[in-house]
Amino acid sequence: MAGTIDREMGLDAVDDLEQLPILGRLHEWVITVDHKRLGLMYITGGLFFFLVAGLQAATIRLQLAVPNSGIVPPQVFNRLLTMHGTAMVFLVGMPILTGLFNYLVPLMIGARDLAFPRLNAFGFWLWFFGALLLYFSYIGGDGLYGAGSAPDVGWFAYAPLTELPFSRGNSTDYWILSILLTTVGSTATAANIVSSVFCMRCEGMTLTKMPVLVWLATVVSFMILVALPPLSAAQVMLLLDRFLGAHFFDTQAGGSAVLWQHFFWIFGHPEVYILVIPAFAFASEIIPVFSRKVIFGYSVMVAASCAIGFISMSVWAHHMFSVGMTPAGNSFFAASSMLVGVPTGIKIFNWLGTMWRGKLRFKVPMLFSIAFLFQFLVAGLTGIMLAVAPFDWQLTDTYFVVAHFHYVLVGAIVFMIFAAIYYWFPKATGRMLSERLGRWHFWLFVIGFHLTFDTEHFAGMQGMPRRIYTYQPGRGLETLNFVASIGALVQGIAVLIFVINVVRSLRSGEPAGDDPWDAWTLEWSTTSPPPEYNFATLPVVRSRRPLWDLKHPDDPDWRYE
Amino acid sequence: MAAASTTMRASSTPWSETLPYRGRVGILALILTESSFFLIFVVAYIFYIGKSLSGPSPREVLSVPIVNTICLLSSSITIVIAIRSLRAGSIRNFSAWWFVTFVLGAEFLIGTAIEWHRLIYHEGLTLRTNLFGTTYYSLVGLHALHVTIGLVLILLVLILTVLGYMSERHVERADVLSWYWHFVDSVWVVVFLTVYVIGR
Repeated sequence: MAGTIDREMGLDAVDDLEQLPILGRLHEWVITVDHKRLGLMYITGGLFFFLVAGLQAATIRLQLAVPNSGIVPPQVFNRLLTMHGTAMVFLVGMPILTGLFNYLVPLMIGARDLAFPRLNAFGFWLWFFGALLLYFSYIGGDGLYGAGSAPDVGWFAYAPLTELPFSRGNSTDYWILSILLTTVGSTATAANIVSSVFCMRCEGMTLTKMPVLVWLATVVSFMILVALPPLSAAQVMLLLDRFLGAHFFDTQAGGSAVLWQHFFWIFGHPEVYILVIPAFAFASEIIPVFSRKVIFGYSVMVAASCAIGFISMSVWAHHMFSVGMTPAGNSFFAASSMLVGVPTGIKIFNWLGTMWRGKLRFKVPMLFSIAFLFQFLVAGLTGIMLAVAPFDWQLTDTYFVVAHFHYVLVGAIVFMIFAAIYYWFPKATGRMLSERLGRWHFWLFVIGFHLTFDTEHFAGMQGMPRRIYTYQPGRGLETLNFVASIGALVQGIAVLIFVINVVRSLRSGEPAGDDPWDAWTLEWSTTSPPPEYNFATLPVVRSRRPLWDLKHPDDPDWRYE
Repeated sequence: MAAASTTMRASSTPWSETLPYRGRVGILALILTESSFFLIFVVAYIFYIGKSLSGPSPREVLSVPIVNTICLLSSSITIVIAIRSLRAGSIRNFSAWWFVTFVLGAEFLIGTAIEWHRLIYHEGLTLRTNLFGTTYYSLVGLHALHVTIGLVLILLVLILTVLGYMSERHVERADVLSWYWHFVDSVWVVVFLTVYVIGR
């Protein structure tokens, strides 16, 4: 703790940075180790790639709008598919969520920074160059090293298709190296958050008084620490295969094609929960504030998240029912997949319980949260359906699966990312986002989302396979695909409105004040935006709602806890 | 503003002393993530035991590295003694035991190098020979890489000690390094059991 005392003395010097010229200010962003700046850099970077990967998704939907359209050739389609999936997971989901945690966790635990600020900066720059490397493949893949451009192997990069004989050139190597870098960055952030939560909490904040978001950030960080290394390990093996002639996934030398799938999904399935638990975390902060009630069942909420963390490690092979596992294997993974539904269901009840008889305020963050509740419920139900092995045999690798996981990734995660941005934007910038544009954004996005992904369920049940670049007319797929593509267009317009809203509000948004939502957690007790040192005096908390205690000295929470 | 809610404290210990040292939590997080990484290589090794389509097989070429193992595992004991000496304030004993730790670790690395030299140039086993070569060099090599990193860090502390920069105040940091070293040693136990006991 010696570091914090040293910094307390030099508080005034920090504010002088504002007077620097533009290059100097940019330089400050490059060399910064401040968790808030790094958090914003993660979020901005993530949003940038959200637009890029979103454009790629729009191109995919454009190609599929009508049968035999031929807008993009098959290989370009495969590249779009790969880059869209990879970017959305590693360059959008992970950085935005870790960025938000980076920004919020120290503020919420009343600390001045994360435990290892330099490690944090190191992690960001690893992520940054890893992300650039992935898109650099569009330029470098063909030029310097012969055949191959952007990776076209799918975000799962199934071996042995990714082995040298079947994937010439260096596109797969770009995929491997880029993802290796970004995952090391995420792992560094996770270690940082775990250390901060255990070592940097302000006085009085015991583990049971931490905000739910901080708890869930810790759970996610543990999951990152355990679940990301299997992917890195498998990628190192693939690199050894491709560059040094090893035989890990080389079926000609007795290697196994299924082993890659196991290794990938040991990472891949927990990854879904790594992405969705932050969405739970934002919902658990936003719903109580806009319902004017404490979160219903704090300890159950935390316990359910820990349970999800544990169970999610034992469900990976439900992605592989059609590989031909033993009946015992199928049964185990079907049962464990369904078991995850239990704690997840508990959480939905808890959010509903929080809203029950609350004074609901339908501001934009709350609108996104409510849509999230409904959509995540549907996503969970189709997930349970796919956990039934015989059902999965019928519908695996169809658009039903595509629709299911987009219900999770867009319907839950992207919706809650938007909710979180609307909710914490005033804190980070000192200005409000426009409520009117926000509503346009919300309604168009909801409509577009349902147009696209509801219909894809039916396209899947009609037999539309995933990962194909076109389909034949006369098989009952034209209308569904056309509607889905219209939906993608509507979603695109909604995102455009969001971008306009952010740009306009940054310049001329309504000033926010310290606590625009009348919230209860510590980040709202400091100024907006917070000073580099977060808190002039480190706070002391006595309950789970420290700001409520301050605002209502006559009726503080700690009397009841 | 938030400080206004300060009232009495539950106990007389200052709050900051009730929280753990961040370096320790950090190294535990690193160990957790590294364990997960190693586990995948161990699983791959066990999965491919006996599945090589051509020779040589482990039984034909592997000899059990008893001396290496004894050296590496005893270095875990010497590093504990070193840390205790530092805690007791004896820099002299610390540097002596720290040096012994370094020598034991270096012996292990040299031993591995000799073993690999024999395997490559006399037995003709390389990464590309067969599945056994692939899994053997990657798993043992991954561990050797971690030993190397550990040795570099230990050497760094040794240089700082010789230059007179180490003192009792740094005991927590040296201890964090020793936890990493214990981890490297425990991984060797798993690698040893996998490669030289189960795999043979």
